[in-house]
Amino acid sequence: MEPFTKIRSIATPLDKVNVDTDQIVPKQFLKLIQKTGFGQYLFYDWRYERDGKPRMDFVLNDPKYKGSKILLTRNNFGCGSSREHAAWAILDFGFRVVISTSFADIFYNNCFKNGILPITVGENSLQKLFESKSEIEVDLEKQTIKSSDTIVSFHIEPHWKRILLEGLDDIAVTLKYDEAISKYENSHKISDPKSF
Amino acid sequence: MNITEKILANASGKNRVSPDDVVFANVDKVMVHDVSGPGVIAVFEKLKKSGMKIEKLYNPEKVWVAEDHFVPAADKISAQNVVLLTQFVKDYGIRKHFKYGMGQYGICHTLSHEEAMVLPGEVYVGGDSHTNTTGALGAFAAGLGHTDVAYVLLNGKIWFKVPETLYFKLNGKMPDYVMAKDFILRIIGDIGTDGAAYKTMQFGGGGISEMSIEERLTLTNMTTEAGAKSGIIETDQKIRDYLAQRGATNYKEVRGDQDAQYAKVYEYEASELEPIVAKPFSPENVTVARDLSSTTLDKAYIGSCTGAKLDDLRAAAKILKGRTVKIRTEVLPAAISIFRKAMDEGLVKIFMDAGAMVGPPTCGACCGAHMGVLAKDEVCISTTNRNFPGRMGHVDSKTYLASPLVAAASAVTGKITDPRDLK
Repeated sequence: MEPFTKIRSIATPLDKVNVDTDQIVPKQFLKLIQKTGFGQYLFYDWRYERDGKPRMDFVLNDPKYKGSKILLTRNNFGCGSSREHAAWAILDFGFRVVISTSFADIFYNNCFKNGILPITVGENSLQKLFESKSEIEVDLEKQTIKSSDTIVSFHIEPHWKRILLEGLDDIAVTLKYDEAISKYENSHKISDPKSF
Repeated sequence: MNITEKILANASGKNRVSPDDVVFANVDKVMVHDVSGPGVIAVFEKLKKSGMKIEKLYNPEKVWVAEDHFVPAADKISAQNVVLLTQFVKDYGIRKHFKYGMGQYGICHTLSHEEAMVLPGEVYVGGDSHTNTTGALGAFAAGLGHTDVAYVLLNGKIWFKVPETLYFKLNGKMPDYVMAKDFILRIIGDIGTDGAAYKTMQFGGGGISEMSIEERLTLTNMTTEAGAKSGIIETDQKIRDYLAQRGATNYKEVRGDQDAQYAKVYEYEASELEPIVAKPFSPENVTVARDLSSTTLDKAYIGSCTGAKLDDLRAAAKILKGRTVKIRTEVLPAAISIFRKAMDEGLVKIFMDAGAMVGPPTCGACCGAHMGVLAKDEVCISTTNRNFPGRMGHVDSKTYLASPLVAAASAVTGKITDPRDLK
């Protein structure tokens, strides 16, 4: 995966709560088995008229946000179905960062597996970012979000930070260290774990 | 420790765990279906391209595969996915593959209990958000994304942050015409769709003991709609009997300690519960069925892992017996074994006499995949679990979520109907 450096971009404000994965990628696209190319289906029913023409009142179609790498959204983003296609579509469209007050659990994990940084911030900080008209900068190393008039720091598990900064594949990394993990786990074992 | 903490402690070889601890847990069972399976295959392919050798799974005996979302094959791509999944099963030596058209098959979350694929005390993960369902047997059951499932298939373990537990106590016996669906909708209405985010929802109390296994499964199934990591109910004699009837007697039950801690305890009186409906477009958007009696409908859907178990079909048949449906009504039993029992008990005849269509097991229109999806502006009452925009078909269609009793009563009148008001 592409290492995650500083991201500086205008942020796309998707002012909705409880955005579920059915809206992120509608069901008709779940049958496709490749991991790439899902960007064209991102928020499909919101982005396009029934006749396939782009809906110009939808924020992703606003030329102002063209090339944006940061998605701002409201509480409980990614709820519903566990489809990892949702993360694939967000990445393929060009977003590397999603900022919200909270994420649904499975979606949150799926982000890291695909090189997307989900950032949880407080309600007031999120509101300021929504109101910010200029570019914002996300610095993963320093764990900060900077806009023209505000700096917000955020928390991230050290494991995920390293995976993103180095552009590592989580499965490859964990399997590589599996032996060490198992050894550590076994040396701290008190009762017998169930065999797999 | 409570039951969830104890299962995760056992599975990670620890004496004690607390909420927020991170554990590396052995996984007992893994499930993939015809959407997550091809997703996992895509992850495998990517890993192979990056140079990783993938020759075998950690233990194919612990893996089982369902065909449920787009079967019977909805179109050419779905058919190809089933072929792909079948090749995967063959390549990696997986033996438990429930193929449609070859005896028992059905919705993965229904097979998990119908076929006793998951047992008390186990850690079970699946590539589907409603994996939580099977926690009703006394197991830790949670849904994962494709990459995480791929990891478990290769490694046999996965990281979990031990969730806090919200305990929902139900006192007393449910009144007539009120079902588990009404109870869980009421809870989601109370706590919201993120009310249990990364928490376990545990159910207990006299009202739960009274409930049938299948009704309990409706509760844990919809914990997903409150954002829960898992749902769980402690194993009791009813569960033991249920599993014994399915040939499963060899397992190690786990029970919470006397001094088990819960982040919060919610108490409900069964006698105060009423038939509830969740309005479009969120499962938390609930009201009593009687408030919606002027809502006209185009269709009633009695299907899915949430609402087409045998008890659900029995409930619908109780209402439809000797009556005729006024709107399009579709009944899709959640597994072949349930379809057969419904036939043997005469339920299928009742549905057909009433004018309803009876179809094969499938996730079908519940996820808008195929077989009875909704047209623009159509309004449906459904025994399923989600009513997001476009969930069951056209993005301008509307779905009201309800119990099988409410759905069947509404099928008879063509309007949302409290079954107690049916003449």
